[in-house]
Amino acid sequence: MRAITWRGVNETAVETVDDPRILNSHDIILEVGLTVTCGSDLHLLGGYIPAMRAGDVLGHEFMGTVAEVGSGVRNHKVGDRVVVCSFISCGQCWYCRNELWSLCDNGNPNPFITEGLWGSSIGGCYGYSHALGGFAGSHANYVRVPYADQGAFTIPDEVPDLRALFASDAAPTGWTGAHQAEVQPGDVVAVWGAGGVGQMAARASMLLGAERVVVIDRLQNRLAQVSQHIGAETLDYTQTSVVAELKEMTGGRGPDVCIEAVGMEAHSNDPSFLYDQVKQQLRLQTDRPTAVREAIYACRKGGTVFTLGVFAGLVDKFPLGAVMNKSLTLRGAQQHGHRYIPRILEGMRTGEIRTEHLATHTLPLEEGPKGYDMFKNKEDGCVRAVFQPNGNGRPG
Amino acid sequence: MKGGKLAAGATVAAVVGGGMLVRQLRAARRPAMADGDAKDRGRDTRWLAVTVYREPDRVAADGPLPEPLASLGDQIETRTRPAPGGKGTELAARLRAPAASRGESSRQEVRAALRRAKQLIEVGEVLAVDPTPHGERTATPAGLALEAVIRRADRDGVL
Repeated sequence: MRAITWRGVNETAVETVDDPRILNSHDIILEVGLTVTCGSDLHLLGGYIPAMRAGDVLGHEFMGTVAEVGSGVRNHKVGDRVVVCSFISCGQCWYCRNELWSLCDNGNPNPFITEGLWGSSIGGCYGYSHALGGFAGSHANYVRVPYADQGAFTIPDEVPDLRALFASDAAPTGWTGAHQAEVQPGDVVAVWGAGGVGQMAARASMLLGAERVVVIDRLQNRLAQVSQHIGAETLDYTQTSVVAELKEMTGGRGPDVCIEAVGMEAHSNDPSFLYDQVKQQLRLQTDRPTAVREAIYACRKGGTVFTLGVFAGLVDKFPLGAVMNKSLTLRGAQQHGHRYIPRILEGMRTGEIRTEHLATHTLPLEEGPKGYDMFKNKEDGCVRAVFQPNGNGRPG
Repeated sequence: MKGGKLAAGATVAAVVGGGMLVRQLRAARRPAMADGDAKDRGRDTRWLAVTVYREPDRVAADGPLPEPLASLGDQIETRTRPAPGGKGTELAARLRAPAASRGESSRQEVRAALRRAKQLIEVGEVLAVDPTPHGERTATPAGLALEAVIRRADRDGVL
C-alpha cells in the first residue's frame, strides 16, 4: 500500500509500505476513508519530538470502513463505517475504567521512553513517534486499530465523513480541555489558538454553558471561522494586549478558565518569543511556552489554566509565582477521547457540533508532502489538509 | 537537511541522556550502601511493582504465579497486596540474587515480565506492535540511537 512517511526533519514522502495485519485478537484493519493533518504533527516534522525513525507512517486523526476483524472483536464487523480515537487504550486498566483513557497503562509497548521523560508512561497513539508506541499512522490505504471495541466508534448514518473525521481528535481534544478544566455555566472562557482544537474547545465550552468564550489568534481566516462557525468572540493578539483586553472584557477579573490550545511551537509578538526560540533551537529548553505564560497572567484569581496544546519536555521562565499567589489550578491532558466521542457524534448528528469548515483542503494521498507544506506554512488559508487515501470518502 | 538530522540526533541523545540523568539522580538519593558491590546488589534485587486492576484472588495471591513471571521460577520472589483506594492489587517481584552470569535472569527481564503479566491479567493478551508498516529505514546516527532505545523500551523504566 501507499503511505505518507516521515523521512527526517521537515521532510516527508509518499512510499510503498507493507499492508498492516492483525496482530492481536482485539484488532481491526481499517480501510482509511479520510485522514487529516494535525497541528501536533508539526512538532514531529520539526524534530521537536525526537523519537521518530525515518520511514515511520504519519497520521492519527482518521475515519474509514472496517476491512477485517480479529477473533476477539465484538462491536464491529466488516463494512462498518467508524471513526477511531487517536489514543490507543485498553479499556481494562484502572485509568481506562476511570475515564482517563489517554493515561492507559497498557496501550504503549515502549513505556521506557516516556517513563524516563515524565516519570510514567501514557497510552499509545497512532503515527506519533516511538515514544507513544511506534504504531503506524493513518496516512495510508489501511491502518491497524488495536483494542477496536474500545477505540473505534460507529458513525451515525446522518453524519457525513468530513464531519465525523474530526470526532477522532480535534473535537474530543477540545472537549477534554473544556470538561477537565471544569467549565461551569456562566463562566468566561479564553482559548489561545484558533486551530481545529482551539475551535472545538471553544465550542465545547459554549455547550457546557459558558456565558462568554473568547478565542485568541493572529490568523484572520481562522478568527473569521471562529466568528462564523463557532459563534465565539475573537481577539487578534497582533493588534492588542491580550491580557489587558481580557481584563477589560471581564470587569477587571480575567477569564474564569483559560485553555491553551497552541503547544510547544508558540508564536508571539513579544520579545520573549525570540528568547524562547533561541533557547529551543540550542536545545536548552524543548518547548516554547509563550501562550501558557500569557494564560497564567490573564487568568482570574482562583481560576483554572488548562494546557491542551502538546508539550514534550522542559520549559523556561515559567511563572510559578503567579500560579501560587493567584491560587490557580493548572491542569493538562492528552485527549480522553473514548469518554467524549459518543457525546460528540450525537452532537454532530443533531448539528450542534459542525467541523466541515476545518477541512479547507482535500488532497489525494500522493500529495502528502504538499499538504504538509501548506498546513505548516498556513498557505492559502489552510486550517487542516485532509487526505483521501482510497478516493472513496464521502465529503460533505 | 543535514543540520536538521544532526540536531535531531543531538536531541535524541539529550532526551535519552536526560532520562538517564534523572534516573542517576534518583539513584543517588537512595540510602548509601557500604560499598560498590552492595550498591549494585541492592539495585539488582530491588522490588519492582505494578498495580493490576483486579482483586487479589485474580492476581495469584496463593495460587500459581501468572505467566510470564512463572517461567522465571525460583530466580524471583513475589508478593501481592491490595492497592489502596480500590485501585486493584499491587504485584511485586524481585530477583533473589543479582544475575551472576549471562544465562540468569536480569532485573530488566523481571520488569518486562511484570508488565506482561499485568496485561495478560487485565486484557488477556500482550499488545504487539511489530511487524508494523514502514518506509525505507536509513542508517542515520539519530535513527540508530533511537533503535537502541526501542530495543530496551519494555525492559527499562522507573517501575
